[in-house]
Amino acid sequence: MRATDIKRLSLYLLFAPFALWILLLILLPHAGMMYISLREKVAPRVYEFGFENYINFFNEPIYWNTLIRTGSMSLLVTFLALLLGFPIAYYIAKIAGNRSRGALFLMCLIPLWVSDLIRAFGWILLLRETGVISSSLQWVGLIGTPIEFLYNDAAVIMGLVYTVILFMIVPLVSTLDGMDKSLIEAGYNLGGNGPTVLRRIIIPYAMPGIVAGCIVVFMLTAGSYLTPILLGGKNSSWFTEQIYDQFITRYNWESGAAFGFLLLAFTSIAVWLGLKLSGQTLNSTVADT
Amino acid sequence: MASANSNKAFLTGYRVYVFAFFVFMAAPLVAAGSFAFNDSLFPSLPWQGFTFDWFFNDTEPKLGMFHDRRLLRGLYYSFVIATCVSILSVFVGTCNSFLFVRCQFPGKDFFYILMVLPLVIPGVILGISILLLASSLANGLEETLSLELEFLRPGIILVVLGQFSFITTITSLVIIARLRKFDDSMEEAAFNLGASRVRVLRTITLPFLFPAMAAAGIVAFLVSFENFNTTLFLVGSEAPLTITMYDRMVKVGSTPVLNAVSFFLMVGSALLALISVLVQRDAPKT
Repeated sequence: MRATDIKRLSLYLLFAPFALWILLLILLPHAGMMYISLREKVAPRVYEFGFENYINFFNEPIYWNTLIRTGSMSLLVTFLALLLGFPIAYYIAKIAGNRSRGALFLMCLIPLWVSDLIRAFGWILLLRETGVISSSLQWVGLIGTPIEFLYNDAAVIMGLVYTVILFMIVPLVSTLDGMDKSLIEAGYNLGGNGPTVLRRIIIPYAMPGIVAGCIVVFMLTAGSYLTPILLGGKNSSWFTEQIYDQFITRYNWESGAAFGFLLLAFTSIAVWLGLKLSGQTLNSTVADT
Repeated sequence: MASANSNKAFLTGYRVYVFAFFVFMAAPLVAAGSFAFNDSLFPSLPWQGFTFDWFFNDTEPKLGMFHDRRLLRGLYYSFVIATCVSILSVFVGTCNSFLFVRCQFPGKDFFYILMVLPLVIPGVILGISILLLASSLANGLEETLSLELEFLRPGIILVVLGQFSFITTITSLVIIARLRKFDDSMEEAAFNLGASRVRVLRTITLPFLFPAMAAAGIVAFLVSFENFNTTLFLVGSEAPLTITMYDRMVKVGSTPVLNAVSFFLMVGSALLALISVLVQRDAPKT
């Protein structure tokens, strides 16, 4: 009798911090945000229930264009990160020697320990008109006048890929690490060439890692704020910038909340679609990395 | 023979790509760090000579970071915030690890998904949702009870709560992974030898978890220190370092003092990362 009591008591005690955390900092704030997003301002301090904030969003092309732009650029960044990161992950997991593997893996993680801000700052120093690349090219004589590499979409995409690629590499390395090299050899022995082995054996095996990496990278990119603003300048039109604008500059909390909810819904649907299409679950991917 | 040759060429090309990739990874960090030592008023080429002025000089226009009041204050606030966040999130993370590894209760899988969820919510959204709730609460209390609750207004406490809301997921996952590896027979042996529950927890289970708790704490500290997105919406007058740096970058324009701060932060986080690796390595192999 006493043992079960103790068990129950400890369950409650352990559940309390978890419940407080999730309820007060995650569920309630999001419920509140939803509630506020469904308020219409009829007069100062007088509100009515309605969908006006969402209707406004769809009536104003600038708003939904920004969301579509953010979404499609995030997809592109995710794809590029996978394309560029996969060979690196494969190299670390399967080709590098035991000694260099750890070192290479650590090198991939270094940017993780450095703030986004510093990384973006570094790119600014390299890419701007008076930056390192422009002046080096001038010094070599390839260009006559300084060139501005910043404040365009290419710079934003590159900066984002740079920021998020390690979140692609880490899960890929951990899945590829578990793959037996004999699987690849068997593929070759059965007459497959490089591309076939990659397509039929390596990629299916790495699928959980690919999905996990893509989800995290997509969420991080779509929700990023610093990199698009610092590298893209005034016309980066990233959706998080719109949210910030509604909240802080215009002080329009109702429509800011609606925008926030739209971003959340958009990214959630994208993640859900990705999971469905690849037959994975949230637990099996994100939690394991 | 031809295939061996093409294989070799492929491997060489592959190696070149890997090398180029790491140059790409290192380039902005090297740029951000190295201009801290350039004896110039602007963080750009040409190189004007080596100097420590951007760290230690105490006069304008080359005010070093260790004499720059606002930067130092930002560093101090960042430190306070990161310490609170890491203590809180390791505590709750440890509770969560026992909850999800040791306890059986209905809806466990559902609650586990809830626990992972904060990691996939964009930081900006976490920031605004907490800001909205706290402000509505503060406004409501002020109007109905004329109660002025300062901690619900943007400031250090909200920043701590905002960062805590998603960092706890990270610490929980780290500590859960370690507790899963725990061999239950060790506890059973202690019980058989007559030890009490509290004693077993204190002398066997917690020491086993300690490396993961320390590593989780360090990760939490670093993530908190460098967080920007969530902090941006919750910050009051006590701006942490990332916000201070951002303000200066955007409004004042950058001087090499920002490079000095970057260099300082990079060295600091490298040391902490090293400690977290060492702590986990010392752990008994299981």
